[in-house]
Amino acid sequence: MIHFKNIRFYYPKGKTILDDISLDFVPGNIYGVFGKNGEGKSTLMKIVAGLLFPKSGKYHVMGEAMSRNTVKYLQHMFIVPEDFELPGIKISSYEHINSPFYPEFSREQFYELLKEFKLSPDEKISTLSFGQKKKVLIAFGVATNTKLLLMDEPTNGLDIPSKSQFRKIMASVVDQGKCVVISTHQIRDLHSLINHIVILDQSKVAFDQPLSTISECLWFGKTRRDSNESIIYSEASFGGKTILSRQDKDETEVDLELLFNAVLNEPVRISNAIKNTHHDSAV
Amino acid sequence: MDFDNSKPIYLQIVDFFYENILSKRWPEEERIPSVREIAVMVEVNPNTAIRAFNHLQELGVIYNKRGIGYFVSENGYNTVLSIKKTEFKEEILPDIFKKMGLLEIKFEEVKDAFNQYLNNKDNEEK
Repeated sequence: MIHFKNIRFYYPKGKTILDDISLDFVPGNIYGVFGKNGEGKSTLMKIVAGLLFPKSGKYHVMGEAMSRNTVKYLQHMFIVPEDFELPGIKISSYEHINSPFYPEFSREQFYELLKEFKLSPDEKISTLSFGQKKKVLIAFGVATNTKLLLMDEPTNGLDIPSKSQFRKIMASVVDQGKCVVISTHQIRDLHSLINHIVILDQSKVAFDQPLSTISECLWFGKTRRDSNESIIYSEASFGGKTILSRQDKDETEVDLELLFNAVLNEPVRISNAIKNTHHDSAV
Repeated sequence: MDFDNSKPIYLQIVDFFYENILSKRWPEEERIPSVREIAVMVEVNPNTAIRAFNHLQELGVIYNKRGIGYFVSENGYNTVLSIKKTEFKEEILPDIFKKMGLLEIKFEEVKDAFNQYLNNKDNEEK
């Protein structure tokens, strides 16, 4: 659906934000894009959404090159940005004005989601809190039923019950024809939803793997001190969390925080461990 | 559903199915929630839920009726019972034995505790 090849981006007179980025986003998946502050996550999202244009490299959307003229693809994608301004009008007026741009928009779904988020269509957007405004945008984005849904830090500003509601909504909307890309620092909020991990570091793609490959190749947990297995990465926190090569050990749940730290600290060892296992199983 | 860190989420969903079948909330030959309903219920990616369904289908605990949905198998209850018994003997018991050794607890002490548990339970029921 989305194909990035050697994408490069920098802001005027600024340093390079994205350098030689190649990525594919395929329908049927929920991608999680992670990275430290200022590593270009939001810039990447804006490029995918057509809000910024790469300085060099190829960007194909649904098989065609994206350019300033390919407006027709914008009806198939929606972005929930991290910061946004919404007009000071009623929620229902906002829907009325914006929904015609999206051919698959479902009014029924939108008002149902508003109800779930305990918002009334008659409320004026300017009187809402940041979290409530975010809910309006999330509900609208989901109801557009676009093939591509981009969300930048969607759980920021949401209260605790709404985070759970958000996960339920996302679990219900993903299907084989839809692609969701979520950029976030809130790994704990979203780890049960995401099934493909992209990590950006130093303007590059440091990691890009489906969760199924990660859990096939790597083992996450506490190891005994006397174990003589070679440790790929470990943290000296209480209990000593460790990443090992999985080999024939039982599958463990992927610890995304540990993986993230491992990729930033030991990128070569992590990628070798995955390459080696994958190579073995292919033979 | 709160997830345990170490066990893969799809296996935790499998355990959730086992609980429902063993407690007879999901009787044999009855329809169970769909993949999507389970994904929403436990807030996971539908792909993870599908993995749990496939796993249970391979074990013969559930089966799929095309176009209708998933059902608990005819022998679903007994299948789950034997899976859980094996798990108890091979995983939980060795762990308990190891702890008993570490804490120097004799088998008689465990036996007494077990009998006392049975007594208390009897009294409560009376």
